[in-house]
Amino acid sequence: MSPPTLAVFKLASCDGCQLTLLDCEDELLGLAGRVRIAHFLEATSAVRPGPYDLALVEGSVTTAADAERIRAIRAASRHLVTIGACATAGGVQALRNFADVDEFTRTVYARPDYIDTLATSTPVSAHVDVDFELRGCPIDRRQLLEVITAYLAGRKPDIPNNSVCFECKRRGTVCVTVAHGTPCLGPVTHAGCGAICPAYGRGCYGCFGPSGSVNLPALIPVLNRDGMDDRDTERFLHTFNTAAFEEELRR
Amino acid sequence: MTHRGSRVLHVGSLSRVEGEGALHLSVHDGTVTEARLQIYEPPRFFEAFLRGRAHTEPPDITARVCGICPVAYQMSACAAIEDACGVTVDPALRELRRLLYCGEWIESQTLHIYLLHAPDFLGCDGAIELARTARGHVERGLRLKQAGNAILELLGGRAIHPVNVRLGGFHRTPTAGELRPLADQLKRALDDAWQTVAWVSGFDFPDAEIDADLFALADPGTYAIESGTPTVLRADGTLSTFPLPAFLDHVHEEHLPHSTALHSALDGRRHLTGSLARFAISGRRLSRPAVEASLAAGLGDPRAGAVCRNPFRSILVRAVEVVYAVDEALRIIDTYEPPRRPYTDVPAAAGTGHGATEAPRGLLYHRYVLDAEGTVTDACLVPPTAQNQGAIEDDLRRTAQHAITQRASADDELTRLCERVIRNHDPCISCSTHFLDLTIDRT
Repeated sequence: MSPPTLAVFKLASCDGCQLTLLDCEDELLGLAGRVRIAHFLEATSAVRPGPYDLALVEGSVTTAADAERIRAIRAASRHLVTIGACATAGGVQALRNFADVDEFTRTVYARPDYIDTLATSTPVSAHVDVDFELRGCPIDRRQLLEVITAYLAGRKPDIPNNSVCFECKRRGTVCVTVAHGTPCLGPVTHAGCGAICPAYGRGCYGCFGPSGSVNLPALIPVLNRDGMDDRDTERFLHTFNTAAFEEELRR
Repeated sequence: MTHRGSRVLHVGSLSRVEGEGALHLSVHDGTVTEARLQIYEPPRFFEAFLRGRAHTEPPDITARVCGICPVAYQMSACAAIEDACGVTVDPALRELRRLLYCGEWIESQTLHIYLLHAPDFLGCDGAIELARTARGHVERGLRLKQAGNAILELLGGRAIHPVNVRLGGFHRTPTAGELRPLADQLKRALDDAWQTVAWVSGFDFPDAEIDADLFALADPGTYAIESGTPTVLRADGTLSTFPLPAFLDHVHEEHLPHSTALHSALDGRRHLTGSLARFAISGRRLSRPAVEASLAAGLGDPRAGAVCRNPFRSILVRAVEVVYAVDEALRIIDTYEPPRRPYTDVPAAAGTGHGATEAPRGLLYHRYVLDAEGTVTDACLVPPTAQNQGAIEDDLRRTAQHAITQRASADDELTRLCERVIRNHDPCISCSTHFLDLTIDRT
């Protein structure tokens, strides 16, 4: 039996999430021995046509051409997993969704007429069915390996849906909000990074997006108490997972 | 057409630093009339949405421009905003920033050498394929890359989009004891870096020469990484500098229809940033091990002003830079004493600030305008990829012309050659070249 095929695709993004795969220095060659890498432009010029057993997709949909492409990728993939905040929640470029994209284009480009872009940056799930969404800006290496291993083994990935607070407690980090009054999105942010920010003395800035069953509105008064006015709070929530926190607030 | 002077206009260029590309080559009567590198990464509008943000935010936000060199974006952003606020950062913190940057250099340059560039010389599709026949080499590359990432993870919290960087320094600085295990790993990495130089020195290098001006920062007394004065080495050997605030008077960006990346020119001429430029401009300031590495690599004596203009040999210069970065990281760790405070305060102030640092692939310039509350009212980011695009196209034109003149090259052979030319320059565009779709119009 031939090994399962793995494909990695990129839409609008910084390449950081697919780089995470190359940053698995200890596991990369072992993994490459267990799968057939059929499409991974950052790593190899060898490109094989689908169908693919597992497709990892990085980046958000921001052009009509990419909206077409993601449909073709879906059609060619048995399992489709999004990797990172862009593919899962629209990413930092989703800030355009709350602005006038024509004005953005005029600001950035001398010749806006040369630019072809959609007015929105949307997650992959807004366009096609997605089998699993891996959070993070960037994703976590260990979680990525868990997802790939799970699909190779034909099981569901074991990615808990709890918040960063759980990881802080496990790590033994003193709560930055309780001890220092530091504004922190940890209580409402999806776990996975290992609670890095509080361990380095700063509040979580939400780069993994909202966790399951959180009460985001309840956190706002705490952020206010810790010195953030409405404008600060809005910016705090509107950065790397803009669209996801927005949705959470509207619920 | 150039637009500088009217408005600040170019974030989109950043987004395609490692995007998808195509090349259009026009050949008329055996003459290459056009070589057009298309980068069609979708625009992401960083410069537009940075407006209205607090002055503390651009280091975290601009990191997301590039997952391969986030530290470069964080360092240029910090430098520019600290400049706008009139703050000078404590020297001990500047050393620690340099250490973090060394981590990115080691990781990113090693990625380029082993995963993107070396397979071209060895006739295979990538490092994973290479590992089937030369596993030891690839393992060494991954180990070396991991040493760079270890610095980023310890000092930055994580390797991609580090969280520990802030204006004025760091959220938390490590104790000397925390840094010590890194030194052991880096000592092993120094061996790996040396063996990398020996390995790539044995590659077969085609003859080639670029005639672009070389452009890099120069810092007194040290190989410029996190600061310096913009310096140009012209093809005729003349050297000139200009103050950083005059950057946009010299580097003009132009928006061409075929690419979402902006093209830029330095005083109206093509220029190249990155390893070749740094080696030519700052080579005299390399440390002793790096000088020995460049002699061993056949690059000549950088203390005597050696210059390498063959882009195929850029892999040698990158290998020398990795030796330097590992050695420099060891020096910083060795002399490290924890700073009194993890950061220097950077209170908001109205003003315009400029920051430039040496990203692994070249000079990265940021400019911010702040109001009295520290709100960003204007942002301008000029990445190395956009600066290099004109020089890369020129290189493609000349290389393709040479190949066609020498022999009637088949389309697939020309395609491979053009892909190599692009990967010679830049890991970001290199990624895109795997997707290179070559069309040749022959008339």
